[in-house]
Amino acid sequence: MTIKDHSILPLLIENLSYERQGKKLIHSVNCRLEAGKRTLILGPNGSGKSLFLRLAHGLIPPTSGQIRWATPPSAQAHAMVFQRPVMLRRSVAANLDYALQLAGLSPATRRNRRDEVLELTNLSPLRDQQARVLSGGEQQRLALARAWSLRPQVLFLDEPTASLDPSATERIEELIEKIHASGTKIILTTHNLRQARRLGDELLFFSEGRLCEHSPAERFFKTPQSPAAERFLDSEYRLLP
Amino acid sequence: MNDFSQAFWLALNMVLSLDSDLLDIAGLSLQVSLSAVAFATVLGLPLGTALATLRFPGRKALITVLSGLMGLPPVVVGLSVYLLLSRSGPLGPLGLLYTPQAMMIAQTLLIIPIIASLARQTADDLWNEYREQLTSLGCSAARAIPTLLYDGRYRLTTAVLAGFGRASAEVGAVMIVGGNIDHLTRVMTSAIALETSRGELSLALALGMVLVVLSFIINATSWLVRDHVKDGNL
Repeated sequence: MTIKDHSILPLLIENLSYERQGKKLIHSVNCRLEAGKRTLILGPNGSGKSLFLRLAHGLIPPTSGQIRWATPPSAQAHAMVFQRPVMLRRSVAANLDYALQLAGLSPATRRNRRDEVLELTNLSPLRDQQARVLSGGEQQRLALARAWSLRPQVLFLDEPTASLDPSATERIEELIEKIHASGTKIILTTHNLRQARRLGDELLFFSEGRLCEHSPAERFFKTPQSPAAERFLDSEYRLLP
Repeated sequence: MNDFSQAFWLALNMVLSLDSDLLDIAGLSLQVSLSAVAFATVLGLPLGTALATLRFPGRKALITVLSGLMGLPPVVVGLSVYLLLSRSGPLGPLGLLYTPQAMMIAQTLLIIPIIASLARQTADDLWNEYREQLTSLGCSAARAIPTLLYDGRYRLTTAVLAGFGRASAEVGAVMIVGGNIDHLTRVMTSAIALETSRGELSLALALGMVLVVLSFIINATSWLVRDHVKDGNL
């Protein structure tokens, strides 16, 4: 499965702010996200990573600022996978069908896409099982499959492996690589430094709702520019046995 | 005491021998109540689900009114429907007063708030869980209504059963708009009231037994559905 068209990218975030009950949770974020690179959004708990992702995906309207795509995106041009996957109360195959039906695809196209994505995500043997009785790792794979089946140009992933064991995490990361290889831009939040090293081409580092750093992954890990990022990276060494 | 035990055995005999009067009354009761539940389900489930997903001015007031109407006195509903259907009322020309259809209308109006309010609570929980995911997939709040109805189908069954329980046990409204006419509009509850006042305890007791069994079946079904939902994580 290949997604060639990147016409909605780059994504321009301009002076993006978000307030809730008088408290500013995102402070004037500016950045430009290009096609191709895997963008990792890193930061401690409560730094505003997930909120930023929801704002960029359009789930929450910003208090001020702008989210500008290169061309107006269709409803399925960018998709999102959540930390805790939300499974509809139906079978694995029906969960995929539902998303494809919402996209307005014909029954034949839906069937082809569904079968293709089930195969690519190794979920074919589970296709008739109730989605909500799958393991956490399988549910997350299905959530990725559901999003991928829409062939989005951009896929937002909100800590997709935060509640998974190492083996399930490995399978999810393999799948993310496959999706990236198919041409979908990956934008993923994590607080896991190892995962950021494994998956990141470029990094956005958030602390207390502020974008402190936006740099290539290699440079970020070698020479972090902000004291907050330095402290965050140091914590990894302090935790080493 | 002897009179009572004699009435009890007579009643049991009527039930076991499938007495024709008893079957007529029970059959009409089921016909009226099941029809009312069907109409109220068709109207109440989408209404309750829409109240959970859509946001519009006056929504909270509507939810409050609907919740308040759950405890609507049946005699008031009966009186309102009577005024609508009476010869001088706006729907008088339809000639529905003292017919099973009039009783269906009264019961439907009585249970719509129950089914809609319980459906809203169920749909509200489901919508809180699904909202972000469905929005992310490009599903609008209005388009989510059939999704929530389908995915909440097992839980919503309990709302429908609660409506049926209320309809089948109701007496005030059907007495007013039905008139309790023998072999035409006499249902279990109105027959029990009449037979008791006449001192004919055997038929009243037999109908009471049927009503208790019906109530037990409703509650058991409701419990089994809840259990199924819990076990199957549905």
